[in-house]
Amino acid sequence: MRTLFRTSYKQDLRLWRHNGDLFWYGLLGVALLLIPVTLGEFYVGEMGGVFIFAIAGVGLMLLTGYTGLVNLGHAAFLGIGAYTNAILLHAGVPFIVTLPAAGVMAAIAGVAIGIPTLRMSGLYLAIATLAFGAIVGTVLQKWDSVTGGFDGFAVPTPSIFGWPIEGATGVYYLSLAVLVFVLWVSANVLRSPLGRAMVAIRDSEISAQSMGINLALYKTVAFAISAGMTGLAGALFAHYVRFLAPDSFDILLSIQFVTIVFVGGLGSLHGAIFGALFVRLLPQAIAIVRDDLPFGIGRMPGLEPSLFGLILVLCILFEPAGIYGRWLKTKRWFQEYPLHRRAAKRRQKTYARSERLR
Amino acid sequence: MVDAVRLLQLIINGAAAGCIYGLIALGFVLIYKATEMINFAQGDIMMLGGFFAFALIAHFGLNYWVGALLAVAITAAFGFALDALILRRVIGQPQFTVVMLTLGLGFIFRAAAGITWGYDSVGFETPFTNRTVKLGGLVLGADNLSIIVGTVLLCAVLYVFFSRTRLGVAMQAASQNQLAAYYMGIPVRTVFSLIWAISSGVAAVAAILLAPVSMIDVNMGFLGIKAFAAAVLGGFGSIPGALVGGVIVGISEQLAGYYLPAGFQEVTANVVLLGTLVLRPQGLFSDALRKRV
Repeated sequence: MRTLFRTSYKQDLRLWRHNGDLFWYGLLGVALLLIPVTLGEFYVGEMGGVFIFAIAGVGLMLLTGYTGLVNLGHAAFLGIGAYTNAILLHAGVPFIVTLPAAGVMAAIAGVAIGIPTLRMSGLYLAIATLAFGAIVGTVLQKWDSVTGGFDGFAVPTPSIFGWPIEGATGVYYLSLAVLVFVLWVSANVLRSPLGRAMVAIRDSEISAQSMGINLALYKTVAFAISAGMTGLAGALFAHYVRFLAPDSFDILLSIQFVTIVFVGGLGSLHGAIFGALFVRLLPQAIAIVRDDLPFGIGRMPGLEPSLFGLILVLCILFEPAGIYGRWLKTKRWFQEYPLHRRAAKRRQKTYARSERLR
Repeated sequence: MVDAVRLLQLIINGAAAGCIYGLIALGFVLIYKATEMINFAQGDIMMLGGFFAFALIAHFGLNYWVGALLAVAITAAFGFALDALILRRVIGQPQFTVVMLTLGLGFIFRAAAGITWGYDSVGFETPFTNRTVKLGGLVLGADNLSIIVGTVLLCAVLYVFFSRTRLGVAMQAASQNQLAAYYMGIPVRTVFSLIWAISSGVAAVAAILLAPVSMIDVNMGFLGIKAFAAAVLGGFGSIPGALVGGVIVGISEQLAGYYLPAGFQEVTANVVLLGTLVLRPQGLFSDALRKRV
């Protein structure tokens, strides 16, 4: 078991905990760079999808996992980013501009929904964002002079400084780069006063306010950052699917994002990545084993959503810390091998704070 | 004059749709008042209720009234079991946990219904299908009228139940103050499960009333999202508010569909919802004060 002994403040501020971390992350990075060389096009495409969902998941993690604000309309930001990117590209704007523009546009939408919902928390916020997501989805469908409506919208191939980004490999590397950027931004946000303010708001709004944190400002900023990151993911998503259909940004997609955050593990960036891997690869895993399942289970329609629902329910009931929490517990068990105590893992009893005033 | 008749017809159609929203919203409100949980699977429970009725009436050939009553009873029992077996375990967890849990349960219900009854829309013969009632110059569908009358009757029954019966008063007590209710010897946990049963039963009634108007299919549960607008408009803590909110949402939806360009009808409920939350978060009929921070 490694004990960290810090000898300077710089060590406390580093993005990695110790050099071992740096080594393993570096190894992971190299492996990810080599995937398109070694694996087939199918896997590269799937991994690209995972990265895109991971970017959106990191965005939602900052909002839900760290600031404690629920968002059931996250797909709206993805849709706004995707359409902004596609429409601007169609108008001849270079990709190097449209990608940030997609993020900015989504961030503006995030502020637009963030400000009116400042006073809400918990359930009301969940319902309000659900309504917002539904409204954006309908607008994308009905505003067909701009979005093409149900005819869809073909996304032009982007190019950076004359290099066209084509096929699964292009999207893969682009998404990987954006994912690394987003993770870097998030990690920096989280160790800055901004991130600490966000966590304080999550833990208790009243105490955060009494410590001098401007709730309205920080909540709005959290919405903007989260939406902006998701907008970037949306721009990449446009290139991933290559043909935008307005009904792909519906409530089910929003719920998938929330599943990423929940199943991955609330309150950890690792969790967003694990969650994205889970959400994107589960359907593929089902497809692979579909024919081998007994009793024809694999052929039942609606197997995927029910499995998502089931795993979500089981996760909430039995492992609220998600995949990442399970991983930490497993690691701890090995570190303390003969001496681990079961009580250390026991779920704490909590008491809900009433929203009523009586 | 023609326009006035048209308007009246729109309003009655809207009120009928609104009654359905109101009934679903009633389910939200009952559960919220008692346990401070929101059941995002309420719409899916309604869908299950509709399918139970379909199975009993169309499959097993039961009489409409017997089948409807049985379907309501089965759905209510289902709601009771849902609370007793699953939802009770997450009491005390953050509210978002319950939101996600019920969303996940909704997925499971939808898939289970799809596997059992298929993904096609189904319907069954009711005494109100394809009949019209003439009132002066008005031609009204018996189906719409049956929805309105059924809702009013159900509300009267619920009102009497909550104000006159021992169990109803115990439920009110448990909703108002859990601890005091425990001290008075009320079995609060069972009472909460019974409230889930009532709210599921109400959802089943909504599905059965809706059956002559629209088909029953797996995605019927998305009506629940519109019912949120009704519940929020009514103040989320108020039972009459939920119904009035539902009727307002239903009527404004019909009017928006008729007078505004295409696409506005779909967003009406959501715009009403967001507008209410922004302008008057306590709703039209707030009875409980909320914390300001």
